[in-house]
Amino acid sequence: MAVIKVNPTRMELTRLKGRLKTATRGHKLLKDKADEMIRQFMLLIKRNVALRTEVEKELKGVLTDFMLAKAVSSKTEIEEAVSVPGKSVKVTSASKNVMSVEVPAFIVERGEKGETYPYSFASVTGELDDCIGVMAELLPLLVELAEVEKTCNMLADEIEKNRRRVNALEYVMIPEFQETIKYITMKLDEAERANTIRLMKVKSMIAGRN
Amino acid sequence: MSKNSSIAALGDADTVFAFKAVGVDAYAVTNETEAREKLRLLARNYDIIYITEQFAEQVPDLIARYKTRPFPAVIPIPSSQGSTGYGRRSIKADVEKAIGTDILQIEENGND
Repeated sequence: MAVIKVNPTRMELTRLKGRLKTATRGHKLLKDKADEMIRQFMLLIKRNVALRTEVEKELKGVLTDFMLAKAVSSKTEIEEAVSVPGKSVKVTSASKNVMSVEVPAFIVERGEKGETYPYSFASVTGELDDCIGVMAELLPLLVELAEVEKTCNMLADEIEKNRRRVNALEYVMIPEFQETIKYITMKLDEAERANTIRLMKVKSMIAGRN
Repeated sequence: MSKNSSIAALGDADTVFAFKAVGVDAYAVTNETEAREKLRLLARNYDIIYITEQFAEQVPDLIARYKTRPFPAVIPIPSSQGSTGYGRRSIKADVEKAIGTDILQIEENGND
C-alpha cells in the first residue's frame, strides 16, 4: 500500500492520527448504515416480488378479458364507451425518508364525482363491466407497486454507493493512513537515534581532548 | 412537499385502453421512436408512468435514467400479449445490485 507523500514531522503525524480516527469511526458508521439498509431492502423487495406477482397475474387476466369484451361488441362502440372516463384518478405524491434516501410515497385519490361505469349499460356487454370493476380494484395495488418498486430501485442504488464508500475506507484510506503513520514514526525514531549517536560521539570527542 | 398529479400509461393500444377505462391517462404508441419521445414528455408531467414491458425493453437508457430519481416512477407492466419477464428481471437486477448475489432465486422457485 502506498504511503502518502508527506513531510515526516510530528505535526503531520498528529494530523494523520486524527484523520485515521475519523476514518475508522466513519467506516464503522457506514457499515452499520449498510446493514440497516440491507435489512430494510430485504423487507421491501419481498413485498415487491409479492406485489408484482399478484399484479402481473391479475393484469394479464383483465387485459385478456378486455380483448374478449372488445371482440364481443364492435370496437368503436367500446372505445366510445370508455373514451370519457367517469372517474379521474389522481395521486398525491410526497417524498418520505428511508435511511436518508428520498423515496416517493403515493396516495391514490379517486375523484368523488363520476361513476365507475361511464356509459349506458345498454350499449356495451357485461364483460366490459366486469373488466372495469376488476381494473378499478387493481389500481391501488398498481400504485403501491409503483411506490415499493421505486423505493427498492433507489435503495439498491444507495446501498451500492454506500458499499463503495465502505470499501474505499476499509481498503484504501485506512491502510494508507496506517502505513504513513508507521513511516513517519520510523523516520522520527531514526532521527532520534541519529541525534543520540551524534551526542555520544561529541561527548567522547570532548572526553578525548581532555 | 406533496403535489397532485395523474397517472400515465404508455404502451400498445390494446393495453392502455384498459387503463383509460379507469381514469388513467393513456398514451398509445406503436414503435420505439414514438415510445421514446412520449416517455420523455410524460416524465415531466407525471409521477407514475406504467409502461408495457415490450416498450420498456426498447428504451433501457431512459428507464435507467429515471431509475435513481424519486420522480417519476416508471413501472413496467405486462401487456395484453402477456409478460416478457422484464419486470421480474429488473427486480432481480436490483437485488444483485444491492446484495451482490441473487438471493431471491430460491424464494421465487419456491413460490412458483
